[in-house]
Amino acid sequence: MLKTLGSFVLFLRGMVTRTERFSVLWTRTIDEAILIGVDSVVIVSIVSAFIGAVTCVQIAYNLTNPLIPQSTIGYMVREMTILELAPTITSIVLAGKVGSSIAGGLGTMRITEQVSALEVMGINSTSYLVLPRILAALLMFPLLVIMAMLLSILGGYLAGTLTGAMTQQDYVEGIREDFIPYNIVFALIKAVVFAFLVSGISSFKGYFTTGGALEVGAASTGAVTNSIIAILIADFALAALLL
Amino acid sequence: MIEVSNIEKSFNGNPVLKGISCVFETGKCNLLLGGSGTGKSVLLQCIVGLMKPDIGSITFDGTVYTNNKIDIRQEIRRKIGMLFQGSALFDSMTVAQNVEFPLQMLTPEMSPAERRDRVQFCLQRVGLENAGNKMPAEISGGMKKRVGIARAIAPQCTYLFCDEPNSGLDPATSIKIDELIHEITHEYGITTVIVTHDMNSVIEIGEHIIFLHQGRKLWDGTKEEILNATVPELRDFIFSSSLVRAAKRIDEETEGGIAAFAEEGESGGGGI
Repeated sequence: MLKTLGSFVLFLRGMVTRTERFSVLWTRTIDEAILIGVDSVVIVSIVSAFIGAVTCVQIAYNLTNPLIPQSTIGYMVREMTILELAPTITSIVLAGKVGSSIAGGLGTMRITEQVSALEVMGINSTSYLVLPRILAALLMFPLLVIMAMLLSILGGYLAGTLTGAMTQQDYVEGIREDFIPYNIVFALIKAVVFAFLVSGISSFKGYFTTGGALEVGAASTGAVTNSIIAILIADFALAALLL
Repeated sequence: MIEVSNIEKSFNGNPVLKGISCVFETGKCNLLLGGSGTGKSVLLQCIVGLMKPDIGSITFDGTVYTNNKIDIRQEIRRKIGMLFQGSALFDSMTVAQNVEFPLQMLTPEMSPAERRDRVQFCLQRVGLENAGNKMPAEISGGMKKRVGIARAIAPQCTYLFCDEPNSGLDPATSIKIDELIHEITHEYGITTVIVTHDMNSVIEIGEHIIFLHQGRKLWDGTKEEILNATVPELRDFIFSSSLVRAAKRIDEETEGGIAAFAEEGESGGGGI
């Protein structure tokens, strides 16, 4: 465990000690941002909209006390979405989609000697292959989380009003009630931390793949499971530290 | 010229290279010959810097590579071109982009037009001028090797390393790849090191051959000398080749008639 952690730190250090030219890094980061961010918009949209909808319907189902105002449903959807569902669920979805793609891509490059080809050319392969992926994830995860927040709240609104669980006015009132802007900051901090964990762990798993196709599959699986565990631990640690 | 002095390398306490010293001569095809597991690829990886030897030094034209400053090592690495066993082409790039890649990375001073010209020249040199827009998945194994060679020579390398360039190729394509490497070596006066266990390559382009056995260098010489070598391990290796065994058998059965047989073949009368 400690040996792996040490290797991970050395891996990250190697990535930033001898970086490639800024123009190369910029181009690579934009390419990766498209793969990580733009290509994930559909899945994140679907997941977040439905999570918002389900959260709203289930809260409405449980809120039977007539003394509790209907606007509480909107309030709870907003709080749950911003504080937990949008950053954490989005990051878990991205760990599955982006994490496996990063580990699989790097693992395949490793076993087909493409990483060695870069090294022989005198190119720092971690700086060229890994740093842009991590930067792209740090850039795109918060944007996807913001989008997930909006779509989740919108999903709750549609589900609440279309099923007749509450009125449009109650939901909007609940959404605007006791809003704490810091919660948004907290969610974005979580998104950045999760982005680093997913991209860093997946890159590490993929970069050090040895063997053949079977090991590339194992690296992808390992990347996803380790990223999800890391997200959950970090989620708890951040909540304990920052709230 | 590349000088390798007393290189040793072990994995988990198992010695793979046991004090190898040799010289790879400039302007020649230097062959690292030996059976599987004799340490050829490990030695090659130590020379190109993909592995660090436990002991020993490697010198490129008088500049020490091992344990030198990173800037000097980088400078040497940028003069190295390598053809990998599986070609190692970047599969997200077209053939032309693969050849252009080292130019983009290593020679930022080149204009895009100059780079395009160089790519076209290199592709033309390996006979693939019309394959620039194809993806690596769309071309054959032999073509991949050619692209690998074009990529290696694109930044005008001084040292060319080839790790089993004939693996997975049919005999006719193998010979063409060997000839291409040989021509490029002489055309540009570069130092070429080829890891192989293919006796066809030895006979075709073996200008300087180093024979490894169980992590040690047992013999070195030319292709003319190899058939008369007296080292038992080398003789065992050479005569384990079906082609050489067959040639020897025919030679014995026809009492030296193999030369006449070959001559007959060259004059159109069939043969080996």
